[in-house]
Amino acid sequence: MSVFVDEDTRVVVQGITGGEGEFHTEQMLAYGTNVVAGAVPGKGGQEVAGVPVYDTVDEAVDAEDATASVVFVPPAFAGDAVFEALDTNLDLVVAITEGVPTQDMATVNKRLSEVDTNLIGPNCPGIITPGEAKLGILPGNIFEAGNVGLVSRSGTLTYQVVSNLTDRGIGQTTAIGIGGDPIIGTSFIDALEAFEADPETDAIAMCGEIGGEDEEQAAKYIAENMDTPVAGFIAGRTAPPGKRMGHAGAIVSGSGTGTADSKITALNDAGVPVADTPGEVAEAIDDFL
Amino acid sequence: MRLHEYQAKDIFGEAGIPVPESQLADSVEGVLDAVSTIGYPAAIKAQVHVGGRGKAGGIKIATSEEEARDAAESILGMDLKGYTVDRVLVEQGVDFVDEYYVGVTMDRGAGEPVAMVSTKGGVDIEAVAEDDPEAIAREHIDPAFGLQPYQARKVVYDAGVPAEYARDVSSILSALYELYEANDASDIEINPVMITGDDDVIAADAVMNIDEDALFRQPDLADMEEDASQNDLERKAGEYGFDYVRLSGNTGIIGNGAGLVMATLDLVDYYGGTPANFLDVGGGAKADRIGNALDMVFADENVESVVFNIFGGITRGDEVAKGINEALEDFEEIPKPVVVRLAGTNAEEGMEILNTDLVQVEATLEDAVQRAVANAEEVAQ
Repeated sequence: MSVFVDEDTRVVVQGITGGEGEFHTEQMLAYGTNVVAGAVPGKGGQEVAGVPVYDTVDEAVDAEDATASVVFVPPAFAGDAVFEALDTNLDLVVAITEGVPTQDMATVNKRLSEVDTNLIGPNCPGIITPGEAKLGILPGNIFEAGNVGLVSRSGTLTYQVVSNLTDRGIGQTTAIGIGGDPIIGTSFIDALEAFEADPETDAIAMCGEIGGEDEEQAAKYIAENMDTPVAGFIAGRTAPPGKRMGHAGAIVSGSGTGTADSKITALNDAGVPVADTPGEVAEAIDDFL
Repeated sequence: MRLHEYQAKDIFGEAGIPVPESQLADSVEGVLDAVSTIGYPAAIKAQVHVGGRGKAGGIKIATSEEEARDAAESILGMDLKGYTVDRVLVEQGVDFVDEYYVGVTMDRGAGEPVAMVSTKGGVDIEAVAEDDPEAIAREHIDPAFGLQPYQARKVVYDAGVPAEYARDVSSILSALYELYEANDASDIEINPVMITGDDDVIAADAVMNIDEDALFRQPDLADMEEDASQNDLERKAGEYGFDYVRLSGNTGIIGNGAGLVMATLDLVDYYGGTPANFLDVGGGAKADRIGNALDMVFADENVESVVFNIFGGITRGDEVAKGINEALEDFEEIPKPVVVRLAGTNAEEGMEILNTDLVQVEATLEDAVQRAVANAEEVAQ
């Protein structure tokens, strides 16, 4: 079992003819993902890595029965690309693009509340169900199939924690990079809810970072709704207030909200152990299993 | 990106929001020249990107030429929380009977903008939000439809603004929301909106921050961006296109991906060291970029030791290793010890290429950080 994606997921890649889109389409195909179509306006009829390209997502879905899309469209057009995907009743849209204007995401977010499609990202590495499918840019070789779910705001930190898990012989059901932007689709709570409902997921690693209050809300959700044990990590303990630490969403406000301390306390209060080092996340998970 | 008060007031004024008459000055003579047209009392306000300017001595009221000269002399050139003041806004003093707060920001939890109004204006609004959250009325805005006039009225009434000013304050709020949307602002606020002795409303301050991810479609605002770097290193990082934040410690940190770099800083601290910086080379960095990153960190005089932590997804370990070798081979003597940890894509190839005469290599993140911290301690002794 897994959450959101599996071997039956049929993927359309938006922006497949761009450098990133083409490279990662090849990588996704090599991993065994069913990439069935590309969608790029004006490029209909072409082929990329053996995958047929259509002018619109709608055509791609009709012709190839796609169930999910991955967006590799430049920031100026990414909001529009996500809108297009949301209008085709896909199950899932994964937006990799970094640097989408926040007001575009606010409008997308509104639309998202009106449809049944899940959005992951933007500014995220994507999602992988090891051995079945990867949608995004995660390096497939570090993952192993297994019984631990992983949800993270950061890409490379996800890889770090996954490699620690895999080194211990602990595999993953699904790993989700939810993205580092202020407004994102799938939240920690959405991912936790999906893992809680998945009978194969026996433990969950959750990697948060400074900024916003998503981790605090997730802590509350865990305390009230979850039986699956969760181990946490929060990046940014040493971040000074008012500075954007790489991610647009990773900023401690002047008034002191969004701090690592506030998140760690909230998680501890919810019974979630928060590791001091990325390596200790895997130890905590090992203790649960 | 933060606009200065004078830039925001220009924009507010053009949008029909009443602002006091003002003039920018960069010299004592300029200030005296400005007050001679504006008259007394006049406010002389430092134009730097710092909150709480008033308390820090960056705003003074002058009622005579002598006071204006004193104010100009004390504010121009002063150090305000790390920024040197080189310009002041000379502004007509407003005789006021009340002060309100009006603003629009993105509520990231709700994923939509929120309009805020409070009758507790003129003070630090974040402190009000903390101590007396009920004193701020809020109205969420559907970004697809924008702020409806009734919503602007509602939030103004909810805040307890007296009926005689409600219409003016709500039209200021509506104008602010339009500016927020049209300019891709992340925050826009007036604190305070002053109610004058003649029952007029006027924007006595102006804050406007622009979403940096939207600057590509706001060319006029992008042109207003002034070099707000606090130091040469942050300026240099801007030129190289790195996400960089300087801290006060002695262990330099280079990595890829915001979360992992933050985690590396935290680990330096955890093992008893002090991080000197946050430096994210981004995804897919090639050899020359790696060289630039080393150049950046070596340029920081506080740095005694460097740790490189790369977990390759789209970044390739062999490219990173090549960049490190090339950068370090140029030195007759390596300025500071460098510890390298490579993992992920092509990490093994990278480890083989790395010139271990020039760098120390560790297999795990924890070991690499501990060694770099130990190196920093050794050099510092």
